[in-house]
Amino acid sequence: MEQPIAAGRAAPVRFRGLASSRPLNALLLLIVVVVALLLLTRVWGRGPGYFAQILVYGFANGSIYALIAIGYTMVYGIIELINFAHGDVFTLGGFVALALLPMFGVTESQRDTPGVILPLLATLVISMLFCGVVNVLIERIAYRPLRHAPRLAPLITAVGMSFVLEGIMFLWRGPFFLHFPDLLPSARISIGPETSVGVKELTVFAIAIVLTVVLSLFIERTKLGKAMRATAQDRDAAQLMGIDINTTIALTFFIGAALAGAGGMIFGLYFNSLSFDLGFSAGLFAFTAAVFGGIGNIYGAAIGGLVIGMVQSFSDGYFDSTWTQVVIFAVLILVLVFRPTGILGMRVPEK
Amino acid sequence: MALLELREIDVFYGRVQALRHVSLALGKDEIVALIGSNGAGKTTTLRTISGLMHPAHGSVVFDGRQLTGVPAHQVVSLGICHAPEGRRLFPRMRVIDNLYMGAYARKDSAGIQHDLDRVFTLFPRLQERRTQLAGTLSGGEQQMLAIGRALMARPKVLMLDEPSLGLAPILVQLIFQVLQEINSQGTPILLVEQNATKALEIAHRAYVLETGNIVMTGTGQELLRSAEVQKAYLGV
Repeated sequence: MEQPIAAGRAAPVRFRGLASSRPLNALLLLIVVVVALLLLTRVWGRGPGYFAQILVYGFANGSIYALIAIGYTMVYGIIELINFAHGDVFTLGGFVALALLPMFGVTESQRDTPGVILPLLATLVISMLFCGVVNVLIERIAYRPLRHAPRLAPLITAVGMSFVLEGIMFLWRGPFFLHFPDLLPSARISIGPETSVGVKELTVFAIAIVLTVVLSLFIERTKLGKAMRATAQDRDAAQLMGIDINTTIALTFFIGAALAGAGGMIFGLYFNSLSFDLGFSAGLFAFTAAVFGGIGNIYGAAIGGLVIGMVQSFSDGYFDSTWTQVVIFAVLILVLVFRPTGILGMRVPEK
Repeated sequence: MALLELREIDVFYGRVQALRHVSLALGKDEIVALIGSNGAGKTTTLRTISGLMHPAHGSVVFDGRQLTGVPAHQVVSLGICHAPEGRRLFPRMRVIDNLYMGAYARKDSAGIQHDLDRVFTLFPRLQERRTQLAGTLSGGEQQMLAIGRALMARPKVLMLDEPSLGLAPILVQLIFQVLQEINSQGTPILLVEQNATKALEIAHRAYVLETGNIVMTGTGQELLRSAEVQKAYLGV
């Protein structure tokens, strides 16, 4: 007799996630279904070649968001701060790269020559290091003194740092869109009548993969990486193990910013355009990606970045780019309502 | 000469004074218990020794060296290891990685391996669960892991905060047995416990803390027999 009672009790719990009982959630679900159906009819209408092309663009977009989202999620994981300045560190990476390229004597005319590879790599490394150092300074000046203050205080200084960085970049290069030299290879590989993969997209994707893999090896295998994980899980306990948490937190800011800086330069190379306030929307999209994957989870952020990139690419390609922000923030709201811990959220209970 | 000594320390949380002129000593080979009710300042005492908190006045002296102002992560490498209240494991790391985190400040890999074997001998259960995530262990296993992790630092002083909290009586028995074993192998232990009877039974000496003051001290046996202690803490 006990079995059916238990099953009856379990049922509402199981369906709470789907929220069949709450009218507002049911409405949300209905909207999602309608949008999904609309999307499906359009995908069907435009044919498979176009669909594949959208996927290719989605991967390239997503790689860039993934690089930004990883830094967001790492910083959140270690000190539970939404670092609103992170998106602007991303822009800074692009700006620094843009300033460095002429110093290495690189011009657009050299595109597709092997001579650009080395300067591009050097620029990438220097931009990453520069952003890393800037972010460590930001942490030291704006966040560390507030580490024991109420949560809202560092959040406000983070918003402040975001404006400071945007202000600096505004003063440096002005309010206009800046042309970023088109230096990635122009070759495209045709994989269908309507579909082609550019070496450009492949490069963007490859750099993101390499950086993510290096990062995950660092975090899983090295002693410092383990110290970062330990600090993220329990700061006091980490100190009691002999971990210098100030160094560990600074390192986290450095790595997060280096990835964002790489993302900024890749953005410039891929879209050939930058502006001082780029980090605002890119940062929010990447934040959505981090929440989507489960904030604090690095793999979640990488996957979330790809998903958000895909969402953007589908929204741009099948609806209209003016709808993209709406769609992405709708995704954010849906994740927060239905699965606040994200798709890879932490599931291990803490007793 | 005591190995670890607190001299007249005052500790504040903001404006609230948590410890008043607390002095205590831990000798080589001793088990010293710190008993008292909730909020008496037991945990604060341990946190002050391990450098998580800093005294406003007074000093902490370890092995003839001033610890006042030394940050927590350096106190560990000097040889004081603190297994904090509530175990404070790294829940999303495997058992084995938690143990290795305990040895974070050490560089002698042969010694680390030796101590790992020692921990597995003391707690065979941990060896069975070595690849499991710490957050999925039972309460008793988590406590074993917390003690094992502290031992991995090869401490000169082991400080334990409420090791019996929330454990079944049979596990409490086991934990206290292991503590005596660790002590007999040459590690002095400073033990904070709610379970005063148990703590006093194994302690060589003990201190009673009451609202931030040390109000009584003596050997474990003396305090077990003391009428006041029996009334206030032993529920006799």
